[in-house]
Amino acid sequence: MHRIAIVGGGTGGTVLANRLASELRTEIEDGEVEVRLITADPNHVYKPTFLYVPFGKKTVDDATRPIEELIDSRVTLTIDEVTDVNTDRNRLSLADRTTSLRYDQLVLATGATLEPEAVPGLAEGGHHFYGPDGAEALRDELAEFTEGHLVLSVVGVPHMCPAAPVEFTLMVDDWLRERGRRADVDITYTYPINRAHGLESIADWATDRFEERGIDVETFFNVDEIDPESEVVETVEGTELEYDLFVAIPPHRGSDLVADAGLGDDGWVDVDRHTLEATATEDVYAIGDAADVPTSKAGSVAHYEAGVVADRIASRARGQTPTATYDGKTVCFLEAGMDEATFIEFEYGEEPYVREPSKPLHWAKLGYNESYWLTARGLL
Amino acid sequence: MTDTPTSDVTIDSKDASCPGPLMDLIGKVKTLDSGTVVELQTTERNSTTDVPEWLEEAGHELLEIEERDEYWSIYLEVN
Repeated sequence: MHRIAIVGGGTGGTVLANRLASELRTEIEDGEVEVRLITADPNHVYKPTFLYVPFGKKTVDDATRPIEELIDSRVTLTIDEVTDVNTDRNRLSLADRTTSLRYDQLVLATGATLEPEAVPGLAEGGHHFYGPDGAEALRDELAEFTEGHLVLSVVGVPHMCPAAPVEFTLMVDDWLRERGRRADVDITYTYPINRAHGLESIADWATDRFEERGIDVETFFNVDEIDPESEVVETVEGTELEYDLFVAIPPHRGSDLVADAGLGDDGWVDVDRHTLEATATEDVYAIGDAADVPTSKAGSVAHYEAGVVADRIASRARGQTPTATYDGKTVCFLEAGMDEATFIEFEYGEEPYVREPSKPLHWAKLGYNESYWLTARGLL
Repeated sequence: MTDTPTSDVTIDSKDASCPGPLMDLIGKVKTLDSGTVVELQTTERNSTTDVPEWLEEAGHELLEIEERDEYWSIYLEVN
């Protein structure tokens, strides 16, 4: 029996499990191969939904489906927490099992974790839309926010969905205009480096749009601490900024499991950027946010990586030499307001071209959000 | 021929894409004492302009940028 273990039930892990179930269906049905998905959360969460929650356009429930409903019946689903990865013995320890699981090939799709406590005062003084509780709290705050200074601050890089801070800023501007409140609200967007985004073309595009809409931009802005009492943000560069509503992209970290297994500092797995194989050991891959590759931590990356790793693993399971490689393909929609959007696509080393936003692209984005569940099932 | 500074701390950010190396540096500098000499290793060309700009903004001192075979070493002193 050739045992394939996938840790993590997000986009990467779910798409991969379903792709493997399809690719290796004969071998699985003949009892030659096992595909096992292990995830601590019985629900699958489509995180981009949270961007719409603060504006009342989606609910937290819209983001969630039981993973059991999304996984091919040929996949062995284990709801449990992996507590240790032993790459010397090719075994996984689980919280609720007394015996460890052996694997022949392992994929870590353990994602990224929010770490607001890494910055003093951030958890108490800041809001965010990167998780269910944060998105709902921000929705309630925005509903009551009629005047003052709204600051959107990218505190941590790298973070999930690099487009989201720009999208939120343009959306909140539009949303406030629709409600006749924009004249009484100042908006400031901050970013840690010397431009408004890591990708230059997005930085240029966003800077122009921010200027058109009267949104202030502060660059080289690395948040050191927040004082929730006086509502002031201080940076390592010595800047101070007063706020009335502070919306942060919190620092992210990877998985302790990865760091403890010696597979990568900060919980991101060091991998070959094309094969997605761990550099520290054999028989281990990483996909999605967990993989330390030079592109965005975005769902499309996890999706495309899952396709490549499915091909490589299936080849190995059949005793063939894997040839599929990941070229860094990334596709992102960008909301440019409440009713228009654009999108970008790029590969390793490429600078994306940002198209003129349009309403049809906004509707395409909303349509994709609905059809995402087909992506998770491996159908799109 | 320049004298290569002796670093107290080395940050290996090779293969990290922008703004990774600068963010690695910012994250580390926050934890270091004044006077610490840091070598930031980067394969990202933009770092050779972004990092000096940030150092000036944040009040740290750029010591040297050395181009090696496959990466740049940016030396700085924490103030």
